[in-house]
Amino acid sequence: MKTKNLILFTLISSFFLIFIVSIWKILATLQGLNIQNFNLQIIFIFGVLISFANLRIGNKIKDFYKSILFSIIFVICDGYLIQKLPLWYNIGIFLILYFFVNKINKYSFVNLREQHSTQVIFFEFLTLFGILFFSFVILFPFYMMLITSFKTQIALLVNPLDFSINFGQDLKSLFKSYFVIFESYNFGRYILTSTIVSVGTVIITLIFAIPAAYAIARLNFFGKTFMSTSILIIYMFPAIVLVIPLYTIFSQLGLRNSIEGLLIVYTATTLPVAIYMLQGYFKSIPKELEEAAILDKLSWFGIITKIIIPLSIPAISSVALYVFMIAWNEFLFSLMFLDNPNSFTLSRAIQYLSGDAETPRQYLMAGSVVVTLPVLFIFVYFEKYLVSGLTTGSVKG
Amino acid sequence: MKDTLAITEKKTAYILTLPAVALVFAIILFPIFANVWISFKEVELKDIRIPEPRAKKIIKSISEDPSKIKILYKLRNSSLLQEVREVSFQDKFPRNFEIENLDPRCEFKKYTLRCKFGNWPAKYRENFQVVFETNDGSKIDKKAIKSTKPKLDGTSDNILLNTNFTLKNFKKVLFNNEFVDLLLTTFYYTFFGTVGSIIFGILTAQMVNQKFYGRTFMRSVLLFPYVAPVVALAYTWELLLDPNSGTLNSLLINYQIIETPINLLGQKYININILGFDFKLRLALTTVIMFEIWRYFPLAFLFILARLQAIPKELYEAADVDGASPFQKFFNITLPQITAVISILFMIRFIWNFNKFEDVFLLTGGASGTRTLPINVYQQGFTISDIGMGSAVSIVIVALLLLFMFFYFKLLGKRVDEN
Repeated sequence: MKTKNLILFTLISSFFLIFIVSIWKILATLQGLNIQNFNLQIIFIFGVLISFANLRIGNKIKDFYKSILFSIIFVICDGYLIQKLPLWYNIGIFLILYFFVNKINKYSFVNLREQHSTQVIFFEFLTLFGILFFSFVILFPFYMMLITSFKTQIALLVNPLDFSINFGQDLKSLFKSYFVIFESYNFGRYILTSTIVSVGTVIITLIFAIPAAYAIARLNFFGKTFMSTSILIIYMFPAIVLVIPLYTIFSQLGLRNSIEGLLIVYTATTLPVAIYMLQGYFKSIPKELEEAAILDKLSWFGIITKIIIPLSIPAISSVALYVFMIAWNEFLFSLMFLDNPNSFTLSRAIQYLSGDAETPRQYLMAGSVVVTLPVLFIFVYFEKYLVSGLTTGSVKG
Repeated sequence: MKDTLAITEKKTAYILTLPAVALVFAIILFPIFANVWISFKEVELKDIRIPEPRAKKIIKSISEDPSKIKILYKLRNSSLLQEVREVSFQDKFPRNFEIENLDPRCEFKKYTLRCKFGNWPAKYRENFQVVFETNDGSKIDKKAIKSTKPKLDGTSDNILLNTNFTLKNFKKVLFNNEFVDLLLTTFYYTFFGTVGSIIFGILTAQMVNQKFYGRTFMRSVLLFPYVAPVVALAYTWELLLDPNSGTLNSLLINYQIIETPINLLGQKYININILGFDFKLRLALTTVIMFEIWRYFPLAFLFILARLQAIPKELYEAADVDGASPFQKFFNITLPQITAVISILFMIRFIWNFNKFEDVFLLTGGASGTRTLPINVYQQGFTISDIGMGSAVSIVIVALLLLFMFFYFKLLGKRVDEN
């Protein structure tokens, strides 16, 4: 039992080591280092040796010295056996090893004898692996988007693996792609259109949704249950089904290529979510307040503006942020309804840019950064509001 | 007294909900019915425009006489296909104007020129010219004349409103050889995208549910793909996977894992040899599904995480006392607790993936075996310009979705009964 656990432990930990070192090597390759081989076997052997030695030494030396010792040994061997590389690469390797040895320090022969110890170890390393893996997989495209927007066409073609940015150049040439998209591709105008459309959608949606949500949450009327269930069904309805009839109707009414047309469609598609999220919150407001207001002879308008809205500012702001994000990210309707570059939104403009095969990709990526940044900023900044709302309402997508 | 209160309450409720209901009805429900209507018609993109009479006003001064002016109206029928009937024309002029040589179709009364041009066939064009003179010999102000615009009116058939119906569109959609292939592609895309995103959702939720340093940051990072705009993400992926100078292919070649670049988004099939069996993998479709999973697992993650955090700790403590292993805890406590969430997620994601248009459109445009039904709606309607066919395809989508929901709820209902 003990040897089996020992073998499993060393295997799992060395696979984990292989994984983190490989990620570091990929990142180093992308900084222009010439690494052509992962040398997995050597790292694997080291992993096994280090985890075994770590168990063997146990508490005889202080953890700190142990970590430093193993890390230095690995870095030196890595430099000699595999490849001589710059100092920053070796510092990275050293830190990774330090982290790794610290992680395995808490295991000892005593732990391994416990019940289910291999499964516990497996789950712990799986969690660590997952954290690193998902961070890498998710952040890498964003990282690439940002870096590519700072590069030049020639640099991209000569070495697609070189992700390093030359900070020595002046700001004007570093941000060249951004200057170009604003000056020659009219991005200022598209940002303005997108902002008008998104903010407009938020305002109109709230004006329509707050009274309706209030009525559904509080008042008794015929068709109330029908309405609250149909909200969800309508919410599930696919946009692609609406596209053709809306296109024909909007063409005949002359609403295509207009901001008004987009505002109408966006408002209608976001209303169900907004009503659903708001009515849930309104129900949680104590009824006594309104009863007092009715005794004071306040009209429904007064009740909504003086009691409901001030009390539900958090819910309203999270709905507003959502609607903003949906409208800002929307692509399908802007593709269908806009074909005049003067009325493009940002998303549509980027798609239009990419349609031209001649467009250098760093401009495309600069545009992508411009359209992504506001959304990510809002999301990170207001994350607390948004996450709780996401599970109740959830953004359509 | 009580009745009147109830009535006012009702009235208020209707007033409050009316704007929202009206808008949703006009933009969401009405188009669905309109879709059914259009799907039974033979309509093309170019037929949608309502034909209308148009006039362009050109003013020419006569050089020898400043009190005279020539006005040229370039008249035309805007449609190349349909006629406009009973065209009437109207334009206003200053009070001191008199007309020379009145056209027999027109009359000039009360400083207004009114004409009845009769029926204009498709592509009709005419240059219509009138000459005016001031009765007091004063000079003519050209700007004042230019500022008034002629009004034209005419009746025409709106192809969408007539009652000629045909089953041709549905025949073409359903009995086309491609239909089975389309359906299969859509199904693969939907099913694997849904299952994949749920599996990744479970893994990540399980991971974030543990305590570690930087956990809140990790939670926001995991949601990035879901909240960022599709356009930006799709083009970034395209760049990443590009066969000529994409990062992924360059990396793989650099590490000598592959010899020639793989066109992940442009190659329909790839042969894979596993244990001596040759597989034909639909490469582009797989890549698109990967993107789908990458973009939508955060939703599953959030839902499942919220559920995980609500599981009472006592359950796990009791399991610890019984000496259960982590695997046992996962399969016997966690999994049963999250099945309800998973079944809801499966339905939501299945429906939404089934209708997903943007992702595939932006990545491949429906080429190399990634043509799903929503892509087909777009291609029929706007690439081939056959609006009727596009509508018919979207009706098929709705029908399939309703069928899916019906069976899903029936199945789910049965399972609830058994429990």
